[in-house]
Amino acid sequence: MAGKTLFDKVWDSHVVEQIENGPSVLYIDRHLIHEVTSPVAFAGLEKRGLKVFRPQLTIATVDHNVPTMDQHLPIRDMLSKSQVDKLTENCNRHGITLFGLNHPYQGIVHVIGPELGLTLPGMTIVCGDSHTATHGAFGSVAFGIGTSEIEMVLASQCIMQPKPKRMRITVDGILKKGVTAKDIILYIISKISASGGTGYFIEYAGSAIRSLSMEARMTICNMSIECGSRGGLIAPDDITFNYIKGREHAPKGKDWDKAIEYWKKLRSDDDATFDLELKFDAADIEPMITYGTNPGMGIKITEKIPDGSSLTESEKPSFFKSLQYMDLQPGTPMLGRKIDYVFVGSCTNGRIEDLREFTRFIKGRKKADHVTAWIVPGSKQVEKQAQNEGLVKILEEAGFKLRQPGCSACLAMNDDKVPQGKYAVSTTNRNFEGRQGPGARTFLASPITAAAAAITGKITDPRELL
Amino acid sequence: MAIEKFITITSTCVPLSIENVDTDQIIPARYLKATSREGFGDNLFRDWRYDNNNNPKPDFVLNNPLYKGKILVAGKNFGSGSSREHAAWAIYDYGFRVVVSSFFADIFKNNALNIGLLPVQVSERFLARLFDIINKNAGTEVKVDLENQLITIVPTGESEKFEINNYKKTCLLKGYDDIDYLISLNQKIINFEQNR
Repeated sequence: MAGKTLFDKVWDSHVVEQIENGPSVLYIDRHLIHEVTSPVAFAGLEKRGLKVFRPQLTIATVDHNVPTMDQHLPIRDMLSKSQVDKLTENCNRHGITLFGLNHPYQGIVHVIGPELGLTLPGMTIVCGDSHTATHGAFGSVAFGIGTSEIEMVLASQCIMQPKPKRMRITVDGILKKGVTAKDIILYIISKISASGGTGYFIEYAGSAIRSLSMEARMTICNMSIECGSRGGLIAPDDITFNYIKGREHAPKGKDWDKAIEYWKKLRSDDDATFDLELKFDAADIEPMITYGTNPGMGIKITEKIPDGSSLTESEKPSFFKSLQYMDLQPGTPMLGRKIDYVFVGSCTNGRIEDLREFTRFIKGRKKADHVTAWIVPGSKQVEKQAQNEGLVKILEEAGFKLRQPGCSACLAMNDDKVPQGKYAVSTTNRNFEGRQGPGARTFLASPITAAAAAITGKITDPRELL
Repeated sequence: MAIEKFITITSTCVPLSIENVDTDQIIPARYLKATSREGFGDNLFRDWRYDNNNNPKPDFVLNNPLYKGKILVAGKNFGSGSSREHAAWAIYDYGFRVVVSSFFADIFKNNALNIGLLPVQVSERFLARLFDIINKNAGTEVKVDLENQLITIVPTGESEKFEINNYKKTCLLKGYDDIDYLISLNQKIINFEQNR
């Protein structure tokens, strides 16, 4: 019998029923919910007269629309407040654990899952948010779902899902100085396009991936959806186990030993086959930045914006519409371009390592006067850690301020909106039109590239300042 | 709680010949603050449809009185980005029942099927033909026949088969939704939990 991929091992062990020529009925181990995509699911459930089937397997937090200043005060935006109140009410009524505003565990849903040990290898994890793929860094099958699917999980702890195809992306070699996980994933997406992964679940492999910390691996898996892939995962190893050990919800004692034994089997067999295999050389990757309005429109920071001549006729209108929105000229360089905002945060790059990297870079330097910078921790725990490690002090000395946890300007549902026409270097995951505010223009990059821009006030190769 | 049955729709189309239409264009995040499902159609394609003063932008196709109908025809990789089902709700609430494209993002496709909005994936060639004919004659009717999985440009008779898995096809034809089915599996799910 041919070997199995890691993805197949996890998926197949959760199939309750397989419908012929149709979806799998997939059992879900961990369901994460937040205030924006869950209220209609609860309403649907109640309309059917149903209770939450396994309330202890769902965990809730507030992140998408919450303010990142003065969180101790009542939320001023009445619509945001009503969503937060609704979530609180729904969690109370159905016996679901909620890490609400001001709770020491509150934070971006994909930051708190791993940090609390709720995310474990071999699990199926879903959430009404496309960046659920983040949790795949632990060797779990994790993907974003819609509100109807949230209702399915609440009602039955299962979801109906067609099984995706398998892709493996191998990155071998040693990363150059100044190249981070964010650059790896932006590079991959720039090569395979914003839709190149559609229909697939990606396994990331190779020595360059193995060398990464858990937080860096999360950054890679997080952006799987930006090439259209439902999710991405990485086989767990000692780096994974060391990260998990001792976390609040991690298995303890004998359970830990048993878990480790199982987790060690979670890797693709040597003779497993993939529907698509791609290989990249780590040495080819450089600090990346996007210039357009989808995450596939990325280049090495030293390169020029493409002139569009290699595009097909049907691709051209979108390409030029995108540059028009960004007010950029084809064939011009990115380096040296003046920027207005810097945003560090989100489920992509809002973890403690990201803040450490950013802080190490700006230490002893000063923020450019004309740059507005928002530094937003991914969770209350990250915020506390940043204070304990002295990062907050270093930030303040350089003219930055640490805000409070939430999704913030990544999707600009709260007040953190980049104004119309302004350029932002952002450590987030999407550069879509209006994503960071109506008319806002986003350049996606790593935390250190963001740091270099914050210091110089323009797009700068971070290697020049390392 | 059933979804609306989908059998056959014959309608004029609204052409949106842009590729990579993402969920943030379909419905920007700042319009996701409702706690019920109603009214999202008003903000469909909000920032393409209205200027800063909320005046309709005349060059956007939804504001062009020539184009109306229940079928939205869009460029490839439609619905990329967020998992927000609100994107599908907005399209449905506006009055569309079908989206035709040469390629759909996975989550959008699932979300659409789950609420009774039919994503019809056609070849690049058929899509180009469709845009061409609609651009020449806004009154062109297109027929989408789910039972036979066939999309037809009515005046010319050109048609193409489209794929849909049998399970979802049955759900749409009969107006079933997945939750009814999952509830019926209750005992099987409990057995699964006990035997792990």
